[in-house]
Amino acid sequence: MLASTTSRIALQARATLAQRFYATGAGANTLLYVEHKDGAIGGATLNALTAANKLGGSVTALVAGDAPESVAKEVGKLTGVSKVLFAKDAAYANALPENVAPLLAAAQSQFGFTHLFAGHTAIGKNIFPRAAALMDVAAVSDIVDIVGEDTFVRPIYAGNAIATVKSNDKIKVVTVRGTAFEAAAASGDAASEEAAPSADKPALTQWISEEIQKSDRPDLGTAKRVISGGRGMKNGENFSLLYDLADKIGAAVGASRAAVDAGFVDNSLQVGQTGKIVAPELYVAVGISGAIQHLAGMKDSKTIVAINKDADAPIFQVADYGLVEDLFKAVPELTEKISK
Amino acid sequence: MSNPLRIFVPVKRVVDYAVKVRVNPAKTDVDRNVKHSMNPFDEIAVEEAVRIKEKAPKTEIVAISCGTTKAQETLRTALAMGADRAVHVEVKDDSTLQPLAVAKLLKAYADKEANKPDLFILGKQAIDDDANQTGQMLAGLLNWPQTTFASKVEINGQDLKVVREIDGGLETVQTKLPAIVTTDLRLNEPRYASLPNIMKAKKKPLVKLTPEDLGIDISPRIETLKVEEPPKRVGGRKVESVDELVDKLRNEAKVL
Ligand SMILES: Cc1cc2nc3c(=O)[nH]c(=O)nc-3n(C[C@H](O)[C@H](O)[C@H](O)COP(=O)(O)OP(=O)(O)OC[C@H]3O[C@@H](n4cnc5c(N)ncnc54)[C@H](O)[C@@H]3O)c2cc1C
Repeated sequence: MLASTTSRIALQARATLAQRFYATGAGANTLLYVEHKDGAIGGATLNALTAANKLGGSVTALVAGDAPESVAKEVGKLTGVSKVLFAKDAAYANALPENVAPLLAAAQSQFGFTHLFAGHTAIGKNIFPRAAALMDVAAVSDIVDIVGEDTFVRPIYAGNAIATVKSNDKIKVVTVRGTAFEAAAASGDAASEEAAPSADKPALTQWISEEIQKSDRPDLGTAKRVISGGRGMKNGENFSLLYDLADKIGAAVGASRAAVDAGFVDNSLQVGQTGKIVAPELYVAVGISGAIQHLAGMKDSKTIVAINKDADAPIFQVADYGLVEDLFKAVPELTEKISK
Repeated sequence: MSNPLRIFVPVKRVVDYAVKVRVNPAKTDVDRNVKHSMNPFDEIAVEEAVRIKEKAPKTEIVAISCGTTKAQETLRTALAMGADRAVHVEVKDDSTLQPLAVAKLLKAYADKEANKPDLFILGKQAIDDDANQTGQMLAGLLNWPQTTFASKVEINGQDLKVVREIDGGLETVQTKLPAIVTTDLRLNEPRYASLPNIMKAKKKPLVKLTPEDLGIDISPRIETLKVEEPPKRVGGRKVESVDELVDKLRNEAKVL
């Protein structure tokens, strides 16, 4: 992710808290949970690493899975990772929380980690609170900035308020909003690898199957440009107008809840409080009214464009450029004029 | 199904989802002097329990809320939607009641009941703290399976099959009861309570307990140092045409 996509919330929080920010030295001993799929590191792990590195101290990455070897190698080269713990077991495939949470607790107890970090993704959200409960500590969700070793900034009320919170627990279990921190890069030198401690694998649930929406467009969560459609699109076929525009400018396609509920597009495209949080350089909202819950997922975008035929739609209050027009006229025209 | 199912549904009273909250002048919290209602994800949880009961009428649904006296309004709503009885765990100040404490209260109540629950259905998150933690914590404390962010729930005897919303699509998992489910928005569309059902709900049993009765320490582990307004966006500029829009994006915002 580019610096310019860093969340505005985080930037402002950093500015106002700058004088109180302190480097924490060697105090923190952080465990980073590495999300991965098909041999690739994902799920905001690289962003969570940048957040973990801000604590100072050391970062140990935990890679669990049925075949974690290649990911463990890759993770070891990332900036700030001093050690890689790997846990190879079929029980760790598909990140089942009933098996992974006890592994996190066992690793914490063996190595005395002061912090556990992961991306605030479907997987991070699923596993981390369970792990926190096993350790009898609070969890801190969806942080957008770090003030100090025990003090974090996080949005509440769908991003309508920003809370600075201090955890008084010995162990801090934290999930990180990916769009608020840059992605860590590889630094070259490989960290040492070590087997993770063994832990209970109660196998309480059985993974059956998944249906992943395949697309050649960039990933919604990390795309530099996003075009989203709402109820105003009227049906799923009309989304092809947005796909045409998106393909022209290399954008990902998102949607409002209304568009998802009406079955126009898949639920994994939902942007908002309860869907994906995005902060691209350009966000184009087409036929979206701009409800509080939708804004929660996109108002940290750098430039927001709204196309809506209702001049009073709340989306125009956050849009840098608003065009009051019928989307069925404006979008094809935009696609055509951009290509010139 | 051999024995009738017992479903516990925790519900939370929150600032209504349509209210645009404001930070209070002291910057310690948001202004809570506004309309409150049941957390939308919890309505979906109640609805799901009621639908299960409609198929298996001997099912018992117990709605539980931890909060101030006003939490009883939320419990009455759950009763009006079809819950059988309600449990109110009363706390003086619910602004510092945190997910770990709620999970412990729920576990303590489940442990105390002679007839154990088979299933907890919770919302995936409360729209005030946006934590998305309580169901997972409760599952960890009970050492039960958790099927979070559910968009489809199927119960067959002791078997539970859940379709979960994950990043990029859907995932199906299977487990045995007892278990924890947390609801996503697409699981169902909650019903409105009818007037006769609201009247009937007033007569349904509601017991009151305290954290002390349950032996649980609810002191907050997390302190809120301050609450601020998010940075304001300076939006509101309109362009007249697609040409002007393209020009601005290219030459002013430089994003094309
Ligand atoms: C607990 C909870 C969580 C939620 N989470 C989310 C979430 O994560 N994400 C989310 O998006 N929503 C979420 N919602 C729903 C949210 O409140 C709104 O209902 C939703 O965002 C509305 O979607 P919309 O803007 O597409 O539809 P609408 O509000 O119906 O707006 C449609 C817009 O399209 C415009 N339009 C129609 N036809 C045209 C045309 N031909 N040309 C141009 N413009 C046109 C209209 O003027 C209107 O402004 C949540 C709600 C709840 C209660």
